[in-house]
Amino acid sequence: MTNPDHLRLLHNMLRIRRMEELCAELYTQEKIRGFLHLYIGEEAVVTGVMSLLRPQDNVMATYREHGHALLKGVSAKLIMAEMFGKVEGCSKGRGGSMHLISAANRFFGGSAIVAAGIPQATGLAFAAQRLNEDRQTVCFFGEGATAEGAFHETMNMAALWKIPILFCCENNLYAMGTALSRSQSQQEMAKKAESYNMAALAVDGMNIFDVIEKTQAALEFIKREQKPYFLEFKTYRFRPHSMFDPELYRNKEEVQKWKERCPIDFLRKHLISRDGLSEDVLKKLDKEVEQEMQDAISFAENGTLEPVENLEKNIYENDL
Amino acid sequence: MKMTYREALREGLQTAIETDPRVYLMGEDVGAYGGTYAVTKGFLEKYGPEKIIDAPLSEVGFTGIGVGAAIGGLRPIVEIMTVNFSLLALDQIVNGASILRHMSGGQLSVPLVIRMTTGGGRQLAAQHSNSFEGWFAHIPGIKILTPSTVEDARSCLHFALLDPDPVLIFEHALLLNSSEEVADRPTRDSLFKAAVRKEGSSLTLITYGGMLPRCLEAAHEFDGTGEKIEVIDLRCLRPLDNEAIFNSVRKTHRVLMVDEGWRSGSLSAEISARIMESCFYELDAPVQRLCRKEVPIPYARHLEIAAIPQKQDIFNRIQEILS
Repeated sequence: MTNPDHLRLLHNMLRIRRMEELCAELYTQEKIRGFLHLYIGEEAVVTGVMSLLRPQDNVMATYREHGHALLKGVSAKLIMAEMFGKVEGCSKGRGGSMHLISAANRFFGGSAIVAAGIPQATGLAFAAQRLNEDRQTVCFFGEGATAEGAFHETMNMAALWKIPILFCCENNLYAMGTALSRSQSQQEMAKKAESYNMAALAVDGMNIFDVIEKTQAALEFIKREQKPYFLEFKTYRFRPHSMFDPELYRNKEEVQKWKERCPIDFLRKHLISRDGLSEDVLKKLDKEVEQEMQDAISFAENGTLEPVENLEKNIYENDL
Repeated sequence: MKMTYREALREGLQTAIETDPRVYLMGEDVGAYGGTYAVTKGFLEKYGPEKIIDAPLSEVGFTGIGVGAAIGGLRPIVEIMTVNFSLLALDQIVNGASILRHMSGGQLSVPLVIRMTTGGGRQLAAQHSNSFEGWFAHIPGIKILTPSTVEDARSCLHFALLDPDPVLIFEHALLLNSSEEVADRPTRDSLFKAAVRKEGSSLTLITYGGMLPRCLEAAHEFDGTGEKIEVIDLRCLRPLDNEAIFNSVRKTHRVLMVDEGWRSGSLSAEISARIMESCFYELDAPVQRLCRKEVPIPYARHLEIAAIPQKQDIFNRIQEILS
């Protein structure tokens, strides 16, 4: 008997993987434009963290956030429509791939200024604490963000003022094309947080069980202690930074080495060997995912373009 | 009763903190120090550290926390010590607060208020004398208030907090000690509309904030000469009150803008262009501008005076236009 929780995790990782693969195809077909950053290789991080969150919890992420939006409950249809620039999209076509936002799902984007979401998410956590709301706040960012001033300023204030927030540093070793080893003197992200007297831990981001175990402990700590917590997820993106990236800065051997640690293969193998997952169930899962994504693409294709007359709306609540 | 601009700002803050439990004030030295300009003296003792929060020197950080807290349901008042340091917070204002409503397709509202002191004139040299409110007026998605009178200083926060969008308030350092006779209760005349501070028919002086008192003085020097100078106080630099400007131009047919910011690419240039676009045939003379000289503000008193428009400069320029 397959553990239904494990199966759900695998399902969600496959949903992200397939959505990202299709995004790449749709990009080459010029259905999706602008910048497109794929999360392939890092799926265990968001899948593990999100499996522990509730609908009322706040999440803020980066421009590599398709998977984050999807698992926070934004439908693949609304995500795809957004990337097609259609008014049915979750941000009404104003955001695109980098700015998926859904207030109803308490998914606040989708920020493409590195580290800018860190103080904003901390403000969301501060508000929830002040207003005695039953919600936790999680902020995702890459290791590149830890070189920014906004990161350091916020680590200090979050720790000083005991703001209950989970900082999730997705360390994929490259800030665009600049290797961590070439850009930061302290390469252990958790140590940076610790220097602000914040509880912090490193996590194997390719192993979803490690992700879940440590995230669960962190979320419980945050709730109990009303303090921030920092997790560094060691992970790797298998694809280039964006669709424009010729990947001159890393070699194929390194990428191959990490691909052998594919988080989906890891979980799939685990489910087959430990849970006795059958080929039939796996095939059914793949089929379900394919159907969901194809439906999303049709929805996006059939979406409508917002009339240009609406262009200047939503600058202020009341149009001037 | 007599009230100073500083007392008026204090009254506005106290009313906000006492009437809305969602309000908090965060900034550098707002608490234990009592505010750099003594606007919040005694507040920490009276309202406690939950409401009056001394922030570390982290402008982009605490402004960003303000953005998030506003989205999350609070009514943050972020104080940036002076306009000069607002550049450190610019990313959160321009790439954050101002765009989130639009970029989210109208889903997110950022009811954030940011206060800061602005302007030169106190020999504080180039890094403490800037006047960037005109720059900020370039940005869609935020509103810019520049209270110039005690009555406006009393009400600016009231209107800013009522607004569902980010509002920046620029308080001019030279006005803090100015005083006026005011009623017991604030008049609550909306700051989002320009005000005619002096009626006239010969020429329109358009100004705002710290330049208003000297514009009024210069204008009054023409009293009894037969020339009547009208003085328009913009009060809100974004959105601009076009109608108030155009109505005055239609009456006087001559315009002088007095703007404490630099001249190139300035707010005064914008207003001049709008007048040209909408009232060109009403003009009897080209629109003129008196701005800060295009230099970093020097320390030496005589040089600083020469760099910023003074009453005599305004008077002389009016005379030139009228002759």
